[in-house]
Amino acid sequence: MTIADVLLLALGAVAVGAGALVVTSTHLVRSGLYLVISLGAIAGLYLVLGAELVAWVQILVYVGAVVVLLLFAVMLTRAPIGPSPDLDRPIGPSALIGAGVGLGLAALFADAFRWIEFPRGDPGTAERVGEQIFGTWVLPFEVLSILLLSALVGAIVLSRPDIGRQPAPPAEEEVPV
Amino acid sequence: MPLWLDLLVRVVAVMVAFLVLPLVVGQAEHKVMAHMQGRVGPMYAGAFHGWAQLVADGVKFVQKEDVHPDGSDRTVFRLAPIVALFPYLIVILTIPLGPNGLVAQRLDIGLFLVLAILGFGVVAVLMSAWASANKYSLLGGLRGAAQLLGYELPLVLAAASVAMAAGTLSLPGIVEAWKPWWLIWQAPAGLVFFIAGLAEIRRPPFDMPIADSELVFGYMTEYTGLRFAFFLLAEYVGIIVIAGLTTVLFLGGWHGPFADQLGWLWTLLKVFAVSFVIIWFRVTYPRLREDQLQRLCWLILVPVSLAQLVLTVAVKSLL
Repeated sequence: MTIADVLLLALGAVAVGAGALVVTSTHLVRSGLYLVISLGAIAGLYLVLGAELVAWVQILVYVGAVVVLLLFAVMLTRAPIGPSPDLDRPIGPSALIGAGVGLGLAALFADAFRWIEFPRGDPGTAERVGEQIFGTWVLPFEVLSILLLSALVGAIVLSRPDIGRQPAPPAEEEVPV
Repeated sequence: MPLWLDLLVRVVAVMVAFLVLPLVVGQAEHKVMAHMQGRVGPMYAGAFHGWAQLVADGVKFVQKEDVHPDGSDRTVFRLAPIVALFPYLIVILTIPLGPNGLVAQRLDIGLFLVLAILGFGVVAVLMSAWASANKYSLLGGLRGAAQLLGYELPLVLAAASVAMAAGTLSLPGIVEAWKPWWLIWQAPAGLVFFIAGLAEIRRPPFDMPIADSELVFGYMTEYTGLRFAFFLLAEYVGIIVIAGLTTVLFLGGWHGPFADQLGWLWTLLKVFAVSFVIIWFRVTYPRLREDQLQRLCWLILVPVSLAQLVLTVAVKSLL
C-alpha cells in the first residue's frame, strides 16, 4: 500500500462517515455542516488523484456556494438549536434502497474492474482541463452552458410574478349606495 | 539547502508573517484613525506612542472569561472562530513576496486556490451566527452570507480578467507577466477587485453584518475573550490578504527599481499602502444600507467586471 492508497481510504472513510451523519443527525444545521466535511473530503480525494483543478472547483462551488445556500435557506425558515425529532422519517425503505444501490454498484464495479490495473493518469492541471474542454468537448460544454442559462432565466421568471402579467382590467366603478 | 530546512524556514516565515503583520496593521489602524479624527490614539502602552497597545489588548483578551450563551450550540460556537481564521492562513501561504521563488508554496493554480479558500469564510460566519442563539447574531449572519455570496462573483470575475491577461493561474506567474501599462488596462478590474475584497472581509463601509448601531455586533455579539480575539485577528489578517492579493494581481507585486534585490520590500510597501487605503475608507465613508449594498454589487460591479473581461480579450487578441 502506498501513501496515496492510505490517504484515499482515510478520506473515503471521512466522506462516507460524514455523509452518514448528514442523514442520521437530528440537528438540522449540523447536518448541513457535516455536508461541508463530506464534500471537503471528496475534494481531498480529487487532490490525491492529481485532479488539482477539480478539487478546488469542488471547494469553490459545493462548499462555498451550494452548502452555504442550503444553510441560508434552512436558517431563513426553521433552524432550532438542538434536535428536531419530528422531522424524522422511518428508516426502513430508504435504508433498503440505499443499501441495495450501494451493494449493486459495488458488485458491478468489483466484477468489471477486478483484475485490471490502470496506470495513474497525468495530473489534471488547469492547462490540460482547458485544452480538453475547449477542444474535444467544446460542443457538450456549450450545450450545458445554454441549459444553465435557460435555468437561470427560468428561475428569474418564476420568482418574479410581475413579469409577463396581463395588465389588470380597469376596476369597476363603485356605486355609492 | 536540504528539503526539510527549506520547508522549516518557509513554515516559520509564514507563521511570523501571520502573527506580526496583523498586529502592525491593527496598530496602524488605531493611530491612523486617531490622527484622521484629530485625536492621538493609544499613547501609554509601551511608552513610545503606544506601540504595545495590541499586546496589552491580547493580554486582556486572554484573561477574560469564556462565556457561552444559554441555549447555544457549544461545539459549533467554539469551532467558528477557528474556521474563520483558518482560510486566511492558507491564503497567506500562496502570496509571493519576491522574485526567484520567494513564496511559501508555489502552486500552478494558486489564484484558483485563493478564491476557493476565501469563499470558505462564509461558513464560519453562518456557524457563529446560528450557534449563538441570538436574534441579532442570526440577522448579522444572514446579511453576511448574502453579502459574501453576492460579492464573490465580481471578485472572481475581476481576478479572471487578470489571469486571462497573464495567461496563467499561478500567482508568481501573474507577477512575472505584469507590465506597468497593465495599471491602465486592468484598472477597472483592480477597482472592482479591491471593492469586492473590502466587502468580502466585511470592512467598513461594507460592515452591514456587524453594524454596531443596528445589530449590536452582528454574528460576533456573543463572543468574548480569546474567541473574540480570534475574530478580530481574522479581520486584520483579512486586510493583509486582500491588500496582498490586490498588490500581486493588479499593482505588480515585486516590480520596482532594483526588483531583484529589493523585490520583497516593494511587495511589503505596496501591501501596507493598500492597507492604509482600507483603513482610510473606514474613516471616510458611512456604512451602506443593505439594499444599496446589493445594488452596488449586481448593478455596478458585476457589469463592470464583465465589460473588463471583454476589454481584456479584445486587447489581448490585438497584441
